[in-house]
Amino acid sequence: MNTISTQDADAADLTSVMKLSERGWLSHLLRSQEFWIVVAILVICIAVGIMSPQFLSVRNLANILQNFCFIAILAIGMTPVIMTGGIDISVGSTLGLTGVSLGLLYSNGASFEIGLIGVVLIGAFVGLVNGVIIAYLKLAPFIVTLGMMSIVRSQTLVVTNNQVVYDFGPAQDMLIAVGAGSSFGVPNVLWAVLVLGAAMQWALTMTRWGKYVRAVGGNEHAARLTGIPVDAIKVSVYVLMGALTGLTAVFLVGWLGAATNALGQGQELQVIAATVIGGANLLGGFGSAAGAIIGSILIEVIRNALLLAGVNPFWQGTFLGVFILFAVMLERFRTARS
Amino acid sequence: MTLLQLNDVTRHFGAIKAIDGVTINIKPGEIVGLMGDNGAGKSTLVKLIAGNFPPTSGTMLLDGEQVAFSKPVEARDKGVEVVYQDLALCDNLSAAGNVFLGREIMKGFGPFRWLDHRTMRTRAAELFAELKSETRPRDMVRKMSGGQRQAVAIARTRLAQAKLVIMDEPTAAISVRQVAEVLALIGRLRDSGVAVILISHRMPDVFSVCDRVVVMRRGRVVADKAIAQTSPEEVTALITGAKAAA
Repeated sequence: MNTISTQDADAADLTSVMKLSERGWLSHLLRSQEFWIVVAILVICIAVGIMSPQFLSVRNLANILQNFCFIAILAIGMTPVIMTGGIDISVGSTLGLTGVSLGLLYSNGASFEIGLIGVVLIGAFVGLVNGVIIAYLKLAPFIVTLGMMSIVRSQTLVVTNNQVVYDFGPAQDMLIAVGAGSSFGVPNVLWAVLVLGAAMQWALTMTRWGKYVRAVGGNEHAARLTGIPVDAIKVSVYVLMGALTGLTAVFLVGWLGAATNALGQGQELQVIAATVIGGANLLGGFGSAAGAIIGSILIEVIRNALLLAGVNPFWQGTFLGVFILFAVMLERFRTARS
Repeated sequence: MTLLQLNDVTRHFGAIKAIDGVTINIKPGEIVGLMGDNGAGKSTLVKLIAGNFPPTSGTMLLDGEQVAFSKPVEARDKGVEVVYQDLALCDNLSAAGNVFLGREIMKGFGPFRWLDHRTMRTRAAELFAELKSETRPRDMVRKMSGGQRQAVAIARTRLAQAKLVIMDEPTAAISVRQVAEVLALIGRLRDSGVAVILISHRMPDVFSVCDRVVVMRRGRVVADKAIAQTSPEEVTALITGAKAAA
């Protein structure tokens, strides 16, 4: 019909224009938040390694690689939430609820698979409620998930009646094997981080869903005008966050060998910190799964390094806070220059 | 042949007649300037054509077929595209990402589909080349000038093979040099047979690209004249009401 003929657009000319716009990989690397956080991690590792050689021991590094994973899975889930311009501060409480629910399911004789599916669904349900209130009632994500944080933590106490669950019935061996075991020399939970991280990175860059997540965070009004199902996209990111929280609970409870109702308390802040340190913008539109994983490693490295360096643990929060501020300033600096 | 035909169209909001008995005909490849003071009914008329709500009374024909839109997507499916004043672009996406937003090209095998970034970039580069714009498909929109942003928004309408493009104040917030660029873009839309409704407060823009000018006041069309048969002074008088009708 009205298609402009394209034959006059010189093909050779076109490719040269497109090549011109390709940035060199080096300058691309230097501009990425992830690169600078990796540099920070290496600097800390070297500095602490000199002060306290046991930091770089295989055993300690393996310890770090196991410990950062729980925050990392949650941060992978938090990435699309923050990219839409939202936030979920109920993850710590949801981790608690799904953790004790898992314990109760198993102590009542549920099989490993039923417990796993059960807590993923419980987490997804919490996310669904968050997402529906945020998307359709148009309430601020911070307030909605703040309310949910309180509700879910209280329900954690209600369902356990303040008891610790450490009897996992017939699923006990499987749960411990999944949470604390390794496959091919790598902790299972680290496999989960790698697989989920790769899947999330792919989903964010190569699927319609990922592009719409980005678009909603960039300009929600524009996204709506182009016919993108904005509300469904918003609900989807909270549901995914909740489901991944349930999955984290399986690994965490298996690792700890017990489900207490304090599980996950305060962890929402570490998750958000990891995501933001990795380059996600709280105003929406930017973020990456790789960044979330790297941010989680940094947090664990700081915690571990301070302990081994003999620093009073009360100082941990100060160091973490300084790094959050540093990361946000780094991001501002990068975007101002480019 | 008429592309868009409005016959005695009226739209009420409660007791308010936002537009009242409007009759307009637009031919393919015609650029019509739509002028009027704030509150004259321009944006209501445009929202009606763009499908935001149906008229209270009167008929609207597109390509000779009677239409009654209640959602913008219905109008878009019939070839009516709007370039909004705020451009409705996502700053954090590339030019190509914005052109294809909501109309992504996918590739893959079997049930597995994923975004075909390369094809979308190539196609976007072709669209920009057709529009003679220097916009590069990979560039982030937030780093672009007002003229380049307009090119991205217009490339979107080209991709949709729009028959009618409504442009809301496209030159309101950009530099003088870029105004010329945008007016040239509008000219290229006409050259490919697309009809354009240009809403503008800027007399020089309307008089340099439009074939006709429609003036609205208090919800009514007070003039519908060929550009050659009117003057900026007359149009100004019609807008303010110093001259009742022409």
